[in-house]
Amino acid sequence: MASSSVPFDPRVLKAPHPVPGAPDNWKRFFSFNTDAKVIGIQYMAVALLFLLVGGLLAMIMRGELITPAADLVDPTVYNGLYTMHGTVMLFLFLFPILNGFNNLLIPPMIGAPDMAFPKLNAAAFWLFPLFGIILMASFFVPGGPSGSGWWAYPPVSTQNPLGHFINGQFLWILAVALSGVSSIMGAINFITTIIRMRAPGMTYFRLPIFCWTAAAAQTIQLVGLPVLTGGAVMLLFDLSFGTSFFRPEGGGDPMLYQHFFWFYSHPAVYVMVLPVFGIFSELFPVYARKPLFGYKVVAIASFAITFLSLIVWVHHMFYSGTPQWMRNLFMVTTMLIAVPTGIKVFAWLGTLWRGRIRLSTPMLFCLGGLFNFIFAGITGIMLATVPVDIHVGNTYFVVGHFHYVIFSTITFGVFAGIYHWFPKFTGRMYYEGLGKLHFVLTFIGSTLNFLPMHWAGLMGMPRRVASYDPEFALANVLASLGAFLLGVATIPFILNIVSSWARGPKAGPNPWQAIGLEWLLPSPPPAENFEDDVPTVISGPYGYGLGHPLVEHEERYIARSREA
Amino acid sequence: MTGLPIDAAGERATAAANHGGHGGHGGHGGYNLTGFIIFLCSESVIFLALFAGYINFKLSSPVWLPPGVSGLEVREPLINTIILVSSSFVAWAAERALAQRRLWRFRALWLLTMAMGSWFVYGQAVEWAHLHFGLGDGVFGGTFYLLTGFHGLHVITGILLMALMLARSFRPGNYDGGEAGVISVSLFWHFVDVIWIVLFLLLYAWQP
Repeated sequence: MASSSVPFDPRVLKAPHPVPGAPDNWKRFFSFNTDAKVIGIQYMAVALLFLLVGGLLAMIMRGELITPAADLVDPTVYNGLYTMHGTVMLFLFLFPILNGFNNLLIPPMIGAPDMAFPKLNAAAFWLFPLFGIILMASFFVPGGPSGSGWWAYPPVSTQNPLGHFINGQFLWILAVALSGVSSIMGAINFITTIIRMRAPGMTYFRLPIFCWTAAAAQTIQLVGLPVLTGGAVMLLFDLSFGTSFFRPEGGGDPMLYQHFFWFYSHPAVYVMVLPVFGIFSELFPVYARKPLFGYKVVAIASFAITFLSLIVWVHHMFYSGTPQWMRNLFMVTTMLIAVPTGIKVFAWLGTLWRGRIRLSTPMLFCLGGLFNFIFAGITGIMLATVPVDIHVGNTYFVVGHFHYVIFSTITFGVFAGIYHWFPKFTGRMYYEGLGKLHFVLTFIGSTLNFLPMHWAGLMGMPRRVASYDPEFALANVLASLGAFLLGVATIPFILNIVSSWARGPKAGPNPWQAIGLEWLLPSPPPAENFEDDVPTVISGPYGYGLGHPLVEHEERYIARSREA
Repeated sequence: MTGLPIDAAGERATAAANHGGHGGHGGHGGYNLTGFIIFLCSESVIFLALFAGYINFKLSSPVWLPPGVSGLEVREPLINTIILVSSSFVAWAAERALAQRRLWRFRALWLLTMAMGSWFVYGQAVEWAHLHFGLGDGVFGGTFYLLTGFHGLHVITGILLMALMLARSFRPGNYDGGEAGVISVSLFWHFVDVIWIVLFLLLYAWQP
């Protein structure tokens, strides 16, 4: 045989050509790829694009609000702006970017090669650009985008003055419903993966907290989203097919929509904040060089939050003619949420206590996010109190509180996570100086933007108005300056991400000396993570300073991750 | 694995090229059932929400029946209900036949289940055609058509999934190791039946 004399090179078989999933093939990011790591980066890239869209809408609004009169845009346009800003930021930025984290982190963290259903995963992702385009298309239909706010309360949302079948509200409902379908597909995938695909020895109480919080958050999606979908379908029928589910003149009940909407949309905040709690719990031990304080309690508190978040929704309806007994009941359940979240805050503080703290960019964002979250928690307790809520409900106090949660906590956590895992999934290190500049601008910008809203609200400035009394001018000028500063803050961020991915210094497998299965892999990890050589986990996570290995034969995995 | 048995690494590369994941990790069938059960739990919540909405309307709506409508005919829907509910037992028998590797018995019983489901959909269509109210006739008309229509979509989906499973049974060797797909579809069918029992009680049995 002639072929037996040809020298055999095993590398030829290991990497034949740039296959889909191989790190040197950039085209995979634009294809129906089923690799969770590719899908994760796809989610993140498109979501960050929509962050810019939503941020632009916000800056137009703040430009309008810099003077008391409605002079920059028409009040009708303004209605469309805040509706689309809220919808874009929640459904096209935060949910997708957190799904990006889930895709990138869950399989490597639990030692799985991929998600349980790779094709379902890809299908769920590709729905995202689809409903993104549908929502964006509503800017170009007659009558413009929906102007009923991201709550889409009837009767405003069932008006169709121009009589077109395809109108802004119709497209809004369609986009939200498709987003729900995509999220359910994702939730089934993430939970099945966590239940069924853990590495040997990876018991539930050895899971990284991020996986606990992801499972808790996705459980909310599974229970809550169908209710919103039911409400959205009924709203669509009212708008387009002449039913009267929510029309009082036809015997319908607009309050029922509010119940349907908030049954999901309050817990939706926890869908977003729980993974960020996970990111905090992952990062504080790394940058304080100490084990997570109270691991088990933090893990269980995630599901306590899931449970409680499903029984608090009526606190959004205290001023909607809700009977007093119901107000009292939901005030108590809402305040109860402070217990598991408080436990987590104290666990993080306990982790930081006497730690050797490194102030890298991810840690700065975590500390900033934690600081803002404590503030948001205090105003949250104020808002849960019925007498306070009836006074400040639907004022800028609520807007300020909400943005302290959604931006100053959740988005801070998202940035922290991006910087922390950036070297792992790109193989490159970001530039620390630009990262710190991004943090400083973001922290000052967000404080300037959202803190004055609280006092404008306490003085009585209503939300969702294009013009306001001049007595609120100072707070609004400050907020607008803050918003523009936040716009500026994205420049070092984008510059940093793009340039360091292209030509940043090589990061190595474990630049933070972190403990976790994902840090035993090369950077970026190969298509199937550990492939057939899945490590056996022998101890719990966050063993900083304890001196015991995480997995059997740890040195072998470390050596292999370095040589790749 | 198709292709030549070169070595394990080569096979992994082929598998990654084919579907971008889990080469060398065969046997993902077990996850399907887990995923499907999670899906059914989530799907049941949407019906729970619609039921809650219906009960709320029924108890609080000032006008319930539209003018000229005295209520719903119960006899035909009751026969339909009995057929749909018994089809669940036929599906269960078919599943058992598959477990015993009696493929032709499985196909016959599976086809019977599909026929009974189709009869239910036909009966529903006939009922809709003879009703004297429409989707826009108050909350009563809206909830009736929304609930029965949404459930009907599930029945039709179930029948289509069964047809798929039936077609797959003709691929040689396909069902040798039991079939998670058949178990999943069968579960879906029982789910659709239980939902219908609740719907029948809410819509037909609970009349003023």
